Amino acid sequence: MPLQVEIISPEQVLVRRDADMAVVPGAEGDIAAMPERAPVMLLLRAGVVSLYEGERVAEQYFVEGGFADMTADRCTILADAARPVSDLDANAARGRIEELDNNWSSVDPQNEAALIRAAEALQATQAEIESARS
Amino acid sequence: MPSLKELRGRIAGVKNTRKITSAMKMVAASKLRRAQTHAEASRPYAEAMRRMMSELAAATKGQGDAPTLLGGTGEDRVHLLVAVTSDRGLAGGFNANVARMTRQVIARLQGEGKTVKLLTVGRKGADQLGRTYADILVDRLPGTAGRDVEFGTASGLGERLVSMFEKGEFDHCTLIYNSFVNAMTQTPVERQLIPLPAPEGANDNEDARASDAPQYDFEPDEGTLLARLLPRNLQMQIYAALLESAAGEQGARMTAMDNASRNASKAIDQLSQRYNRSRQANITNELIEIISGAEAV
Repeated sequence: MPLQVEIISPEQVLVRRDADMAVVPGAEGDIAAMPERAPVMLLLRAGVVSLYEGERVAEQYFVEGGFADMTADRCTILADAARPVSDLDANAARGRIEELDNNWSSVDPQNEAALIRAAEALQATQAEIESARS
Repeated sequence: MPSLKELRGRIAGVKNTRKITSAMKMVAASKLRRAQTHAEASRPYAEAMRRMMSELAAATKGQGDAPTLLGGTGEDRVHLLVAVTSDRGLAGGFNANVARMTRQVIARLQGEGKTVKLLTVGRKGADQLGRTYADILVDRLPGTAGRDVEFGTASGLGERLVSMFEKGEFDHCTLIYNSFVNAMTQTPVERQLIPLPAPEGANDNEDARASDAPQYDFEPDEGTLLARLLPRNLQMQIYAALLESAAGEQGARMTAMDNASRNASKAIDQLSQRYNRSRQANITNELIEIISGAEAV
């Protein structure tokens, strides 16, 4: 029985298809969603979701963090934003990282929420560069 | 009695108005379709989020303190109202309805001795409410101006609300917007955002839990997950409201412009009739003059 994988962003459903396995970037490490597994809900970091057909990677998507809801027969990924890995542009991301770096130094160190946000934005962009390279 | 020339001018004027209103109606109809597609596209995310929320809320129930976004601050003094209107008028009672409801809610809360703060989204709301409530107005944010609503707009507002809430600037937050019933009808509604009302279906879930539904594992723990999910859920609720309001605006404009076009047609008919009658009267007059002139000779 295949697994129904959905990648959904607030604005649209990006992917809805069957796969044998989906590897998602959990906040505490990558996790594979497979049919007939116990249900898990997890927080995602920015990274690549890989959809497998048998042993082969069929499709890869880059997600900028979000949540995943995995049950025995489906894997729903609520992504903050997502796009196919082939659309990633490392150079554009590098340009953005400089901006974020400046942003980071200007954040008020007392403001914890803003610090976390800035750090996450940096991490997401860093992950994007790495995903684009591989 | 206006002269024939005047009548002609007036007919031409109303015809021009009708051209504009029917064009606006067509534009609103096509924008409405777009807005509806957008609203539908956002539904799967909202649904999945609701499922996760109720699962998490059930899992964290009875585990010490709920996050304040969910459980509230325990106080009920300061209310923040967010009124969502459009940027443009010519949409019938669309904005006036939200403004009226906002006034009612403010009056009710102030009557109960609460402090009320107001935040408006959209230029029309700021125009209508800003003057009366200048002293309690926190900010006036721009609306969507008829363009597509982006999630970024909603998430920005959501983040702002959360940070205001964390600074203790308010205890309750309520959103007032036009909910989209159908293209003809929009009803202003108030929806409480903070603290979040118990997620729908939370109770059904408990029944499901009692049966042999498998228990979820959470990673990281459910508390952290919930704390991350709540702000996102807030943003999603705002996004849904903005989308509904945008679709409602186009629907209201379509109806209003349809009425306006129909009224213009009616006015043109009446004016044409008057024009033809006075033209006839003039001809008759001239004939009488000629005939009586001929008889006199």
